[in-house]
Amino acid sequence: MAVKLDKVDVVVVGTGWAGGVVSAELSKAGYKVIALERGKNVIRADYIGVKDELRYTNRYEMMQNLAPETITSRNYLDEIALPVRTRQEMMVGTDLGGGSVHWAGATYRWKPYDFEIRSKTIERYGKDKIPEGMAIQDWGITYDEMEKYYDRWEKTAGTSGEPDPIGDKRSSDYPNPPMKESPAVRLFKDTTKKMGYHPYQVASGNLSKAYTNPDGEKMGQCMFCSFCTQYGCDFGAKSDPLVTVIPTAMKTGNFEVRTGAYVRRVLYSGGKATGVLYVDTMTGEEFEQPADVVVLAAFTFTNNRLLMLSNIGQPYNPNTRKGVIGRNFNGQFGITFLGARGYFKNKKFNYYMGAGALGGTLSDFAGDNFDHSKLDFINGGGIELRQYGDGAIATNHVPKGTPKWGPEFKKNSIFYANRSLVVWYTSATMSWWHNFTDLDPTYKDIYNDPLLRITNRYTDQDRNIAKFGIEKSREIMKAMGADIIDEDEVPQEFDHVYSGGHYAGGVIMGADPATSAVNNYLQMWDVDNLFVVGGSAFPQFAGHHPTATIGALGYRAAEGIEHYLKNGGQLAKGKQGGTSA
Amino acid sequence: MTDKPKETNESRRQFIKNTGLVAGGLVGGTLFGGLLTNQFQKKPEIQDVKNISGGLQEARVFINRARDFDILSAATERIFPKDDLGPGAIELSVPYFIDKQLASEWGTNAKEYMKGPFISDIKEAGNHNVQRRQDSQGPNSGTQIPTPSPRYHTILNRGEMFTLGLRKMDEVAQKEFGKGFVELDPDKQDEVLHMFEEDKVEMKGVGSSNFFHLLLQTTIEGAYADPVYGGNKDMMGWKMKEYPGPQMGYLDKIGEEKFIKMEPTNLRNYQGH
Repeated sequence: MAVKLDKVDVVVVGTGWAGGVVSAELSKAGYKVIALERGKNVIRADYIGVKDELRYTNRYEMMQNLAPETITSRNYLDEIALPVRTRQEMMVGTDLGGGSVHWAGATYRWKPYDFEIRSKTIERYGKDKIPEGMAIQDWGITYDEMEKYYDRWEKTAGTSGEPDPIGDKRSSDYPNPPMKESPAVRLFKDTTKKMGYHPYQVASGNLSKAYTNPDGEKMGQCMFCSFCTQYGCDFGAKSDPLVTVIPTAMKTGNFEVRTGAYVRRVLYSGGKATGVLYVDTMTGEEFEQPADVVVLAAFTFTNNRLLMLSNIGQPYNPNTRKGVIGRNFNGQFGITFLGARGYFKNKKFNYYMGAGALGGTLSDFAGDNFDHSKLDFINGGGIELRQYGDGAIATNHVPKGTPKWGPEFKKNSIFYANRSLVVWYTSATMSWWHNFTDLDPTYKDIYNDPLLRITNRYTDQDRNIAKFGIEKSREIMKAMGADIIDEDEVPQEFDHVYSGGHYAGGVIMGADPATSAVNNYLQMWDVDNLFVVGGSAFPQFAGHHPTATIGALGYRAAEGIEHYLKNGGQLAKGKQGGTSA
Repeated sequence: MTDKPKETNESRRQFIKNTGLVAGGLVGGTLFGGLLTNQFQKKPEIQDVKNISGGLQEARVFINRARDFDILSAATERIFPKDDLGPGAIELSVPYFIDKQLASEWGTNAKEYMKGPFISDIKEAGNHNVQRRQDSQGPNSGTQIPTPSPRYHTILNRGEMFTLGLRKMDEVAQKEFGKGFVELDPDKQDEVLHMFEEDKVEMKGVGSSNFFHLLLQTTIEGAYADPVYGGNKDMMGWKMKEYPGPQMGYLDKIGEEKFIKMEPTNLRNYQGH
């Protein structure tokens, strides 16, 4: 029998950017907030002096322990899904701050086109441009409405950047100047400029200088030490929840975080969420945490699974294409980061130096910035060159045709260790009726609850957009002067490797309750006091990295929750029909 | 004994003398054999797996049979051979690195999902999905080792896979060439390794290519991971690659056009010990 705790105003599940922003804003507004995090309690000191490639990059120190829980995965409806068993195949953040602590820092706003993709595609190219079964939807919110939340989050995070020369309207500049350029980034920018494109420095969560954010949190300056992506920052110089929103919430005295808290159910009665049921993983004891408002701000997989385990909302049925929980699973997979690798025989780069978001980019082939009339896909992506700072284990790229081991491999891998660069296309992922989540009929977690099952496959859209991106990347790499250029191959089918951390959908935003689970405040249409915040709300994935959009949605949700706590009720009016496949 | 011997051959000899181990008859045993003979002999062209001198700090902690360890050593040396660029796997202490990894939570699959059912037809399950190279695409393509990532679907943990795999290599060597793996000529050793890589060997519970790719992955890791894990001896792997190890940062150097070669440091130094 679970121990029933005292009721609070808000209980938040998950402590990444989504849960962190919501917790900070509501505790600042005077509400009692409890956040539950199943991972460990961590502080900055946990990441000082631990520049260890094997432990973090190759053994996935900061990623979810899969022994208690993972997902299962398949391509087609009639297949048996198999568990994704190793952390090499499934990379999802854990511990206080979640995936937001190991993120690289690349910061992009999504485009006006992304938020109104269905309407704008039909408007420009006609209805036939959207193939049967492609389930893309408008978000129920526009870029103009999102802008102030983006702006707010960039200031909290101390984003360091310069505006995209062909980018969208901004109400203010980034709070910090762009990062320093490295020669490789300079080469990319100079070359693409000559080609007539509009390169600029990737906006970064690795800070270009010491900074105090509007909440009074202090951050350090990035040292370009290279231990960044998949690591916590040694210097407090990467904007993450541990140096921003979590301390902000703590300072209010209204906030408590409980780590080692594995949430098993949202408690639900009479059309309202009444709290959550969780297990203390250190003792095995069960607790019931009642609250006026429940916020699911965990990773996409957990948000989806908790709603399904709790029987909340109408599950999506791929055969009838009706139901909302689990629909439009999307994200960035192997196929969305393809490009061309160039090898330079006579030029060496200091590629052991770098930072997660140090890079050049251009959006000439992003979103609907280019004409798709004669192209066999919609949407686009960013083209990037990033200098993460390669570790020694990682720098084993060798030109195609080199054996994978033995004397020739050794010779080439050492020769090219600081002589290879990659340019890639971060292409968008469109949603389809056949890509969705539900509960697995066979495999269970440590508490005997079903695992989440992903059904996902690639389509011509994915393969065509990838081919286009590889071709553009190759042209750029050639102009940059590489002696050998190896193009990535386009895979035929999704390989069940979830290695990039960017998976979304299943509890999507929209204007129509028939095809979306939450309104544009991230409030569930049919459960007024339940908010589901994060990547799970994306109806499809834009051609850029997701973090800024998740941060912005956090601010939007916090505003909605505050409205609800004051006035109650449903915050949006549903529009019927016409927005989906 | 109050003085701790330093990690030099000189002090080791002193240590041996002082403690009476030489008089006790251990000279020529596997522990000190390499150390004493190397002073008088030129290094052989091909690394002699019997003479792996990891120093006093190294001993097997996972692999029980010395024979298994010798097979592992010979195989890693073929994957990452000694050449004019520098040391190979044995000299880098890669076999000891792998042995330690197999004893770790990674080797016992402590953080992997290991609940059944494991479906019986392994090949159908994608266990042999090794054609695609994971490292050449995807958001982590800049950080992955150049080995394919097959879909893991076996009840065996990595330590068990290695034990089975190493013994299978000996069996295959005997069957194909009439000699144990360690005794084979290098080109015949390569042939055996290729048979595993190309999945031409039947193994119980796991595809032979899966075992091979684990062996390949850990060999490269052992050559280049921080020396604290037992491989990359004396940072010789890093020196070959001109990789500087964990440095404080490069704020003042990131813009420089010229390649900067630095004396490497490691975690032990970086953390200030």
